[in-house]
Amino acid sequence: MGIFDPVKGFGVTFGMMFKKVITEEYPEIGAPAAPRYHGRHQLNRHPDGLEKCVGCELCAWACPADAIFVEGGDNTEDERFSPGERYGMDYQINYLRCIGCGLCVEACPTRSLTMINFYELADDDRQKLIYTKEDLLAPLLPGMEQPPHPMRLGDDEQDYYVNGPELARGRGVPSGETVETSEEKAVQ
Amino acid sequence: MTMAPEEPKVEVPEGHVKLTVDGEEVIAPKGELLIRTAERLGTVVPRFCDHPLLDPAGACRQCLVEVEMGGRPMPKPQASCTMTVADGMVVKTQRTSPVADKAQQGVMELLLINHPLDCPICDKGGECPLQNQAMAHGRPESRFRDKKRTFPKPLPISTQVLLDRERCVLCQRCTRFSAQIAGDPFIELLERGAHQQIGTAETADVLDMASRTSSGKPFQSYFSGNTIQICPVGALTSAQYRFRSRPFDLVSSPSVCEHCSSGCAERTDFRRGKVMRKLAGEDPEVNEEWVCDKGRFAFRYATASDRIRTPLVRNAETGELEEASWTQALRAAAEGLAKARDGKGAAVLSGGRSTVEDAYSYAKFARVALRTNDIDFRARAHSAEELDFLGSRVVGTGPENGVTFHALEHAPLVLCVAFEPEEEAPAVFLRLRKGARNRGTQVVHIGQWTTPAVDRTFGELLACVPGAEASAVEGIAQHAPDLDESLRAEGAVVLVGERAAEVPGLFTALHRLAERTGARLAWIPRRAGERGAVEVGALPTLLPGGRAVTDAAARTEVEQVWGLAEGALPAEPGRDTTGILTALVAGELDGLVVGGVDPNDLPDPALAREALAAAGFVVSLEMRPSGVTDHADVVLPIAPVDEKAGSFLNWEGRHREFPVSLEGTGALPDCRVLDTLGVEMDADLFTQTPAAAAGDFARLAVKGTFTASDAVKVPFTAAPDVPHQQAATPGAGQAVLATWRQLIDDGSLLIDEPHLAGTARAVVARMSAATAEGLGGHVTVSTDRGSISLPIVVADLPDGVVWLPGNSPGSKVRATLGAGHGSVVSIAAGGAR
Repeated sequence: MGIFDPVKGFGVTFGMMFKKVITEEYPEIGAPAAPRYHGRHQLNRHPDGLEKCVGCELCAWACPADAIFVEGGDNTEDERFSPGERYGMDYQINYLRCIGCGLCVEACPTRSLTMINFYELADDDRQKLIYTKEDLLAPLLPGMEQPPHPMRLGDDEQDYYVNGPELARGRGVPSGETVETSEEKAVQ
Repeated sequence: MTMAPEEPKVEVPEGHVKLTVDGEEVIAPKGELLIRTAERLGTVVPRFCDHPLLDPAGACRQCLVEVEMGGRPMPKPQASCTMTVADGMVVKTQRTSPVADKAQQGVMELLLINHPLDCPICDKGGECPLQNQAMAHGRPESRFRDKKRTFPKPLPISTQVLLDRERCVLCQRCTRFSAQIAGDPFIELLERGAHQQIGTAETADVLDMASRTSSGKPFQSYFSGNTIQICPVGALTSAQYRFRSRPFDLVSSPSVCEHCSSGCAERTDFRRGKVMRKLAGEDPEVNEEWVCDKGRFAFRYATASDRIRTPLVRNAETGELEEASWTQALRAAAEGLAKARDGKGAAVLSGGRSTVEDAYSYAKFARVALRTNDIDFRARAHSAEELDFLGSRVVGTGPENGVTFHALEHAPLVLCVAFEPEEEAPAVFLRLRKGARNRGTQVVHIGQWTTPAVDRTFGELLACVPGAEASAVEGIAQHAPDLDESLRAEGAVVLVGERAAEVPGLFTALHRLAERTGARLAWIPRRAGERGAVEVGALPTLLPGGRAVTDAAARTEVEQVWGLAEGALPAEPGRDTTGILTALVAGELDGLVVGGVDPNDLPDPALAREALAAAGFVVSLEMRPSGVTDHADVVLPIAPVDEKAGSFLNWEGRHREFPVSLEGTGALPDCRVLDTLGVEMDADLFTQTPAAAAGDFARLAVKGTFTASDAVKVPFTAAPDVPHQQAATPGAGQAVLATWRQLIDDGSLLIDEPHLAGTARAVVARMSAATAEGLGGHVTVSTDRGSISLPIVVADLPDGVVWLPGNSPGSKVRATLGAGHGSVVSIAAGGAR
């Protein structure tokens, strides 16, 4: 042990004063997550506002934590929520159970279910952490209309799926982005 | 030099052949299909069209295997579902033959060309043979780059069955089922080549505009649900189950159908405490793999919004039923019943839909707690003659000594008397048709007109005026000697339905016929619980196990088992349903316990209402508000079959046990409610649970006392002996009424099922052309109580007879006319309704 050793320790402290601060001011300033962070889920919409979810329950099937509950419903001519025959009548994700693995997003056949960066999923009430369809649905962007309403962008669901990217352009979604990513930005 | 060990010579039994499958020698019975032989060896050849209960079709070509006969390979792979085994055949399935495997993959690719990517929204997804086999035997990538053929969808071919032609692989299971099993060929293959598709007569006209036509002639069948279940893709789906859940959501539990007395095995699938669907269970002895649409689709009565879930007690001041706790309600019920019992007496009407355990509890409750024999389960037309018949020829029969489904199929002759198999016991109808179709069973119906069931059992109708069935049966020896001769053949069967109770002398005539010819006689009630209720003694003349009330030794036996004092059981036979109601009106009875009885089913609904109003104290065990709860002083809610365990005895006397499907709903079975009510009245029933009730009853059940030879002569009570009467003769402007219920009607277990109701048969009046003359297409049938107006359809009824559906919308014969089968009614030209 040398005579300067105690001073060396101060040296380390002093030296840190000139380095870049990595502490984040949370929650005052907030901390953006990584772009592909597995945060809260979002149920996306077609460019005219119809829901993409068809209530197929593949997300619930894929979920290893059994956090998702879905019940399908039948679209009628008077009440249409999604293109095609079927829509998700009831959709719930239990964030007490969700482990954020994202298998549900991979399973989704219509790219209805995606994850956004929002991660502040804590509460003092268990009930509040069961997010329902209203909580999960993407916000209505300009040009979107709250369902139920008839199909505005085609005659059947094929038009929605096959021409999806073009339809999105037509509705003002910039090239290189999808409806989902632009919605994500809107949320943030 | 080493010798190869000599192979042990396997003897090929008579009627069998030896062949090689995948290099393994196997002995198979002649006529067995290759696909089954392979299956026995554990190799599942993929297939869609093949179904063990349908004739082979070779339609889907998925089951191709390589076959070598006599050392010469067949030039191309062969369909193993149509080729039978032959001696020396060498078969290579996809396991050992790359050729077969490639052929199967090729077929799968072709089948998938036009199959839409609907799996996420298809009800079959997750339990789909096409999905599974595409994963197992298909190619991972599709090479098809063109546009798939599309059709508008879904196309309703009835209110219940939806057709999606894009998904169809043309396996023809549905069309073969309709043509072969049910005999309703409404669904057919249409068009040719690439345009070939499944459809109905209606869809043929419009083809691509077909989705807009749901009217016209639908796929009307009582068995249409089976086509949905056997469809190997999601081409046929049910409107009721559409998008309700996924296979992995569902918890399945085996169950038994609670509707008719066939006791079909079912599978109940439920999710979050709610039944989502019922499927046919597999029981080769009973329903094979089929159930009727009523059994499959009618279950939402249990979740009806008006279901009673808490006990109700009538407030003495306001006269209204008010919710009460179980303790309060049971105390009120016990006090009222004890008072009635110690006064003029109390009686029990237990209804025909109870499980064996519940019916036993009613029977025991009447004897032990109410100390009376005034109990009757028959909530329908009934007679004293029927009581004798049930006691002498029905109690104690079972599959080991009585008539069975198997016996029906293998009988040389089946005579149906006052029994409409398709409407009253559809599983019996399917067996009759199977026997007639495959084995040439002769089916003879003694009825009024050539119903669809007569046609489709390739049957013969002996038409008679309603009420003259007894004379017809008595006259068989003189007027139909060939039939008489056939009845003497080994295995001939006579079936009689619930309607026989409305024809005086019919049971006697049938009993004599059976004695004379040696034909076996079976009683097929319409309701699931009736056969069991006979066995457990829910009748005024019978104690459990078919013991006669009047038999002192039998009473002592029952007293010992029940732990009662000697002489505690009443020795006098009790009153039957009508007797009980009349006594209530006359003030000879004070109290009444009613379980699941609709006054409109009773022979005289007006009398029933009067009796309920006159009764001093009425306790009703019910699921939903009814004509009885309107008058009840205490209403005790009970569990539907999905929420309790138990068993039914089907018409064969076969024990059909089922576990509880929905646990923890808090609903109590009748036996538990009666047990607690008994305790409140200081009487121990020991029927706290269905298992306890079953155990208690087992000590009294008839066991092993019969052999097959004396099966039909169980001398419990005197055989029925009622002379047959002449049928009523209608005067001018009158007709004799023939009536029975249709399978899908306004029954209380059919509520909340709009899709099912849409498949009901048309509600029309039927009469002969001569009777219909001058009525102008519309008839008003009336009695002094009321009238029913219906359109006329001319049928081959005897003159002076009019047929009405018993309880269909617009034709509630009992409730409106107060008349029954064989009554004389007035007919007049009716205005358009």
